[in-house]
Amino acid sequence: MTDYIIPAIIVFIVVYALIKGVPVFDVFISGAKEGFGTATSVLLALIGLMTAIGMFKASGALDMLTAAIRPLAQMVHIPPEVVPLAIVRPISGSGALAVFQDILKSYGPDSLIGQVASVMQGSTETTFYTIAVYYGVTKVQRTRHTLASSLVGDVTGFFMSALTVQLILR
Amino acid sequence: MMSWIFCILVGLSFLFGALTGRMPQVSQAAISSCSEAVQLVITLLGTMCLWSGLMKVADQCRITDGLARLFSPLNKRIFKGLDQKSKAAKAICMNMAANLLGLGNAATPLGLTAMRELEKISPQPGVASNHMVTFVVLNTASLQLIPTTIAALRLEMGSQAPLDILPAVWVTSLCSIAAALFASRIFGILTGGGKKGKKEKRSRLKPAA
Repeated sequence: MTDYIIPAIIVFIVVYALIKGVPVFDVFISGAKEGFGTATSVLLALIGLMTAIGMFKASGALDMLTAAIRPLAQMVHIPPEVVPLAIVRPISGSGALAVFQDILKSYGPDSLIGQVASVMQGSTETTFYTIAVYYGVTKVQRTRHTLASSLVGDVTGFFMSALTVQLILR
Repeated sequence: MMSWIFCILVGLSFLFGALTGRMPQVSQAAISSCSEAVQLVITLLGTMCLWSGLMKVADQCRITDGLARLFSPLNKRIFKGLDQKSKAAKAICMNMAANLLGLGNAATPLGLTAMRELEKISPQPGVASNHMVTFVVLNTASLQLIPTTIAALRLEMGSQAPLDILPAVWVTSLCSIAAALFASRIFGILTGGGKKGKKEKRSRLKPAA
């Protein structure tokens, strides 16, 4: 079913435009040209951020951070096994996917740990990447309270995913 | 802000790399990550051009107007003071629709278009407007209705009911979005300016505090 969504949207837009008498392909090309500029303008910001994140991941800092947060998680009844996911999720999309797969494999997708991890993975985004890319296309230097607000959302998601699984699914 | 994040991440990597004796990996990561970024942008380039082109087509035949009308009751509340007929508002709606459907590939290009439009109407160049902050914050939270990738992974790992997590995902998403939006509203007031309209006017009078 989900395989139909993207092709259906493309067909709908294109056919509807044709019926309305829009020169579909010419308009498409001029729009795509704008997209080209946007994509290239984000490159430099991404090189910087991804290098920093790559180094950070390789340095083992995440493992230490995880170890520090584990006891805290246990105190509020969050399975400590999901802490690595909570740490990686805002920082790296591919990293989080790897951790998530690992959790499902080790504990099973229908276990409490597997379910909490699934909800966490499904209800949050790669915060740092999103902020870097979105501001990367603008000339904004001061992002003000963007990161702080996003992290409030991430932390809420972390706690709520454990809470909702225990309240709704158990 | 990005300067700080960049410096802190690099500084911590060096520190922890030295402490844990993983400096070779850190060094390796520094060299390989930058080319990964280039690969990512090349991937992004294709979807970016495709969806920007389709967005323009949809705009010309007024599909985006219809979508904007659909979202306007919600958007009027979240983006107070933003002209609902502006190009920025339309791009925001398209981005939200793509996010809800779980089309990450389409959501990013549309979101970036929205950012550029929001920047054009931002009162202070170089500083994120309240609308920009709200919009980015919204995109750092997940709006996806059906997390298909996760469901597929769960199925692959032998889940009996891969979609049973849905209600929990929705409640969690709603809570984190609400918390993030609330935080951005509060922080927005704390960092100068009250409500949207006032804020924009005040910041025009008083550049870069």
